[in-house]
Amino acid sequence: MPDVLLATRGLLKRFGGLVATNDVTLEVVRGEIHALIGPNGAGKTTLVAQLAGELTPDAGVVEFGGVDITRRTPAERAALGLARSFQITTIFPEFSALDNVALAVQARSGHSFRFWRAARRDASLREPAQRWLARVGLAARADVLAGLLSHGEKRALELAMALAIEPRLMLLDEPMAGTGPEDAAAMVTLLAGLKRQQTILLVEHDMDAVFALADRITVLVRGTVIATGTPDAIRRDAAVLEAYLGEDA
Amino acid sequence: MISWRRVAVGAGLLALALVPPLAAWLDASFYVVLFTRIVIFAIAAVSLDLILGYGGMVSFGHAAYLGIGSYAMGILSTYGITNGFIHFGVAIGAAAAIALLIGFMSLRTSGVHFIMITLAFSQMIYFLCESLNQFGGDNGLNIPEHSSFGGLIDLDDAVTLYYLAFGCLLMCLWFGDRLVESRFGMVVRGAKSNDRRMAALGFSTFRYRLTAFVLAGAMGGLAGVLLANQTLFLSPSIMHWTRSGEIMMMVILGGIGTLCGPVAGAAVYLVLENMLSGLTSHWQAILGPVLVVIVLFRKGGILGRSRHA
Repeated sequence: MPDVLLATRGLLKRFGGLVATNDVTLEVVRGEIHALIGPNGAGKTTLVAQLAGELTPDAGVVEFGGVDITRRTPAERAALGLARSFQITTIFPEFSALDNVALAVQARSGHSFRFWRAARRDASLREPAQRWLARVGLAARADVLAGLLSHGEKRALELAMALAIEPRLMLLDEPMAGTGPEDAAAMVTLLAGLKRQQTILLVEHDMDAVFALADRITVLVRGTVIATGTPDAIRRDAAVLEAYLGEDA
Repeated sequence: MISWRRVAVGAGLLALALVPPLAAWLDASFYVVLFTRIVIFAIAAVSLDLILGYGGMVSFGHAAYLGIGSYAMGILSTYGITNGFIHFGVAIGAAAAIALLIGFMSLRTSGVHFIMITLAFSQMIYFLCESLNQFGGDNGLNIPEHSSFGGLIDLDDAVTLYYLAFGCLLMCLWFGDRLVESRFGMVVRGAKSNDRRMAALGFSTFRYRLTAFVLAGAMGGLAGVLLANQTLFLSPSIMHWTRSGEIMMMVILGGIGTLCGPVAGAAVYLVLENMLSGLTSHWQAILGPVLVVIVLFRKGGILGRSRHA
């Protein structure tokens, strides 16, 4: 019996006549990197939004660590240990890189009804934040305004923020979207370094990255899961080849 | 740049501290009256800047809290309660309570909706006070005497009132300065910058933003009870929606998100208003373009910063 951390059962989401998520059952096993792939319009973003809590499914259940979180808000899910990065970079551009991560650390350290001490001089926030920045290779860029970082650096910063809340699961929505080959390779190296330590659900277009990183792959086509399995099994799956990989080849 | 700002802020506050002796030296006690008004509106503007500049909450009804503070004192006085501690306590408490109510409902919206709903609430309070005929209705009402602090502070003396207001302003600035740099302040500023990201980090920002809104309302109430002590007159016009616009103008003029900027904004606005209204009854036709020019040529406001949050 695998140790399932995140599970959906019979997830359904309709937009008018379009069934964006059709009876999706998905299990993310603790400690694994689980990739979610599918052609454009397959409903990956809609599914991620339901996992993160930004969309409520019309039917079905999302369970996280054995708890039904279907009706929880994004903030509540994050507080339970579900971190995420966004397809479109979502950072605090007016804050320095270090401020960005320090806020993530702060999210993990109790309530923030603390009105007097300067947060930017609080070593219990700044030191862990600096360590997470170093982990993603941004140590030297700590004082740069996040909005002025390069695109690849912003993606790394988002990863540092996700790591800094020390989540049980990271939901990474196309962490390599829009990056050049060098930054993409750096991101693959970073994620590979998290293997076996961090449970990750990775939505990604870059097939090389997916097959290099994933322990398990789920293929979504027109809102429906057509296959789940190891990278090798997915490579040989006839339905996948026809519906998805075949188009690219 | 930072040192220039510090020098400007220090010099400005020192100048404010020296207003009464300078006025006495020039034998122009009128300046004490004008600058008391400036300092009081500066408190209101600083409180608005806390939520507008740092929280992105474009509250277009901030004069309501000035009004609530004033009416709290006026109504208490009408019933013969003159104790200053009660006046100030009730004014601040009432403003905070109503800010809690307004914020609780309006902070569920954002953008233009937030602007309109805060405006709508302040208009409701305006018309409510206008209908209170036992307290003057729309004609207003004279308040018989200043808040009494049992001989401790004598507000009949204009200079004492000035220094009380100035002391309140310094406290608000000091508190605000600590607040925006605290953990609490970082959450409110983060919510302004990117609330979606805040949620993804696990922050439910509503209660933090609501708390900031209430603190700002309380400061507005403080400004209101001070203003009532200066004018000794109660009138719904104090919370007319144009007044909310003026307070916002002071914030924009001085520099959004700078705390000290709104103090400069209040000074420039009210000094200009005073000078121009002495020249012509159409002073607003001159003030408007002057303000537009200042805002155009000094984009972040008088004490504006360039980029930093």
